[in-house]
Amino acid sequence: MRSFARLLDRLFYTYGNNAKARLLLDYLRATPDPDRGYAIAIIAGTLELPGFKRSLVRDLIASRVDPVLVDLSYDYVGELAETVAHLWPANQPAATLPSLAEIVGTLLTLPKSGVPDYVAARLDDMTSAERWAFLKLGSRGGLRVGVSARFLKQVLAQFGDRDVQEIETAWHGVAPPYVELFAWLERRGEAPASADLPFFHPVMLAQPLEAQGLERITPATYAAEWKYDGIRVQIVARTGGKAIYSRTGDDIGGSFPDLLAAVDFDAVLDGELLVAKDGRLGSFNDLQQRLNRKKPDRQLIERLPARIIVYDMLRDAHRDLRGLTFSERRGCLEAWMARIRPSGFALSSILDFKDFDALSRHRLASTDAEGSVEGVMLKRRDSPYLAGRPAGMWYKWKRDPRVVDAVLMYAQRGHGKRSSYYSDYTFGLWQGDALLPIGKAYFGFTDAELKQLDQWIRHNTLKSFGPVREVTKALVFEVAFDAVNRSARHKSGFALRFPRISRIRWDKPANEADRMANLEALLGSTAPR
Amino acid sequence: MALTHPRDWILTRPEGVYCVPGDFYIDPARPVARALITHGHADHARAGHGNVLATTETLAIMACRYGADFAASTQAVAYGESLNHNGIDITIAPAGHILGSAQYRLSYQGGSVTFSGDYKRRADPTCEGFEPLEADVFVTEATFGLPVFIHPPIEEEIGKLLCSLDQFPDRCHLVGAYALGKAQRLICQLRRAGYDAPVYLHGAMVRLCRLYQEFGIDLGTVFPVDDNNRQRLAGQIVICPPSALHDRWASRLNEPVTAMASGWMRIRARAKQRAVDLPLIISDHADWNELTQTLNDIGAPEIWVTHGREEALLHYASLHQYRASALSLLRDDEDD
Repeated sequence: MRSFARLLDRLFYTYGNNAKARLLLDYLRATPDPDRGYAIAIIAGTLELPGFKRSLVRDLIASRVDPVLVDLSYDYVGELAETVAHLWPANQPAATLPSLAEIVGTLLTLPKSGVPDYVAARLDDMTSAERWAFLKLGSRGGLRVGVSARFLKQVLAQFGDRDVQEIETAWHGVAPPYVELFAWLERRGEAPASADLPFFHPVMLAQPLEAQGLERITPATYAAEWKYDGIRVQIVARTGGKAIYSRTGDDIGGSFPDLLAAVDFDAVLDGELLVAKDGRLGSFNDLQQRLNRKKPDRQLIERLPARIIVYDMLRDAHRDLRGLTFSERRGCLEAWMARIRPSGFALSSILDFKDFDALSRHRLASTDAEGSVEGVMLKRRDSPYLAGRPAGMWYKWKRDPRVVDAVLMYAQRGHGKRSSYYSDYTFGLWQGDALLPIGKAYFGFTDAELKQLDQWIRHNTLKSFGPVREVTKALVFEVAFDAVNRSARHKSGFALRFPRISRIRWDKPANEADRMANLEALLGSTAPR
Repeated sequence: MALTHPRDWILTRPEGVYCVPGDFYIDPARPVARALITHGHADHARAGHGNVLATTETLAIMACRYGADFAASTQAVAYGESLNHNGIDITIAPAGHILGSAQYRLSYQGGSVTFSGDYKRRADPTCEGFEPLEADVFVTEATFGLPVFIHPPIEEEIGKLLCSLDQFPDRCHLVGAYALGKAQRLICQLRRAGYDAPVYLHGAMVRLCRLYQEFGIDLGTVFPVDDNNRQRLAGQIVICPPSALHDRWASRLNEPVTAMASGWMRIRARAKQRAVDLPLIISDHADWNELTQTLNDIGAPEIWVTHGREEALLHYASLHQYRASALSLLRDDEDD
């Protein structure tokens, strides 16, 4: 357990992929079976410990620490595992801890009533960092140490000197603690059987369309489709099982049971995942309400049912189509869709265009859409399905943004039912090394997001001026607006019409937010065109 | 029972905490005629007051930071000393926070209040240890006033740094630490752990380190980072202010391991926000256990809480039968 805890701790504080891979490889080489296999399973999220629940952890801490202090601490820390790890009454850590395999084995076999005492006894023996790692075994929200399932498979490929596709293929024939997988990787055993299992197929990606080379875009060479603003998914249905993968190879099927139920065929499809709202396709914001929900309730599913716009076909039963051209695959897909018609699936339409101007008009027209379309895709008619981002094959041509990525500068408490929250935000763009405020917005986010923002603001306050807080310049908002005009009344010299927060970019570093020049370029443009 | 209770003669004003009969402020945020200063950190010690009363060390720190004319006049005091000013008896005791940090107990007509400034309870080779003073009211900071903040023994954290230095001998180890107090304590603790190689300093550290040495604190060999040695710091420890960890200055060093010495490093998200590779949980403030232990050691029936996360400490105090309230200083105004 101790070396696994150290691994998670190191992964958490390691930023580069190479360094993360190095840590994982060292761990896999130094750790025997079945410990390393369980570690892989925990990181990949393939190990379920049904008796080890969040509610159990809450109960354990509630019986040891004053509940008000637990709540205040949790508010500050923001994560239950870490809060409990820190709050757990300190003991002298034990000289040795049981192995990871022993802990997992015990948790899997103990009667449910015995789990709380076992978990408490382990926590008593551990340091705070070890408790954090141990409690991660019981968290359903993923480890958040910056290792995706796909990345882990790349590391395994490196470990066994195999191609990552071989790992993907083998992965579905094996289960924790992956003893036979390691035997094969170490050339001690056969490849696990998996032909009919739903493994992930590496995805073909598009390049952004650049100004140069536009003349190559002709109707004869390229097919055009809408670029949908959802998430890219791969639907894999084989006789041995089915899965819905994200672009990075994470299986997100659990969040979309409505979709999985409609998957009753033997094929591998490439498409865009969106949700329907009030009978039409919803925006990315609508979709977000369903992402990362491990177990969505029926009400949510009914309100925002999942939809797939299918645009490619990689496999039809036992036939691998990836070597065929786009046009040939499209023919297969159309025939297949006409025959199978899975519920909730629709074929991506091919856009007619006779020349480049017509294409540009399509792209502009995408601005009128309700937010489910964000430009056009161009796919070379003779392109095979290739993993990665091959040059000259597929292009994405996004519509002109009437959005900017701005940095949150000040937050003000709202009014009425929002009076206890910091809900009015002033944001700015970079000019040189300084931020210039460009506007203020107080809607465009959900109540849950408001809570998150409020927490963030309280933890990142630089100064308070009455109801206003100046915050660390670290959070990026994608701000949408109808128009931007010059204004003498505003310090930045610009005024936004109808600004609203379209996305919260928790992932984006503030120094990558837009500059004033990006806003200036949008001067006078009004939407919709 | 106090004859006059401190709440009757202590006010919070825009300038800071004010003692009415004594006509002076404690750690005021704005220039005032007369100030008692607990220690030299910039949020407590500002330039421009008329008269400043502080320990000899704190006065020297202020002169070092702001120039010799930081106040119109000064009055140096020492730990253990007592004096009377406008009918207020003032007793001075060490606070254990940084060099020169002091607590002031003010007694007036049978009532008393201790302003402890910032403090910690564990040993620190760069300053004298905290001494509890009996009083009717104890004013405590609450920077780390949540039970999740437990600072590990400093030896463990220094061990982490030395271990990383062994593991990555070809990388420079850049440690972010406050220029006043934290940096010097870190160096002293490194020496105690047997690390006797030179320690390299960011320019902003040099003068304060020299001042500490003048007060007899042995830092061993310290060198400023300069253009000649900058590229030869692989395997060496470099200390810089936290703000320099990711600026251009740091990017000119050779592939540094970025460490940060702060009590906030206990919280993973905080460390991650600062893109720290090696978080070192080292603080000159009391952690949760020290805060609560101090309330119990002092046993003052009333507690005023300031600086930081008052809520949890107030809750703790009320659970333990203390009368407790937040002393809202303008500069820390949390919520209305």
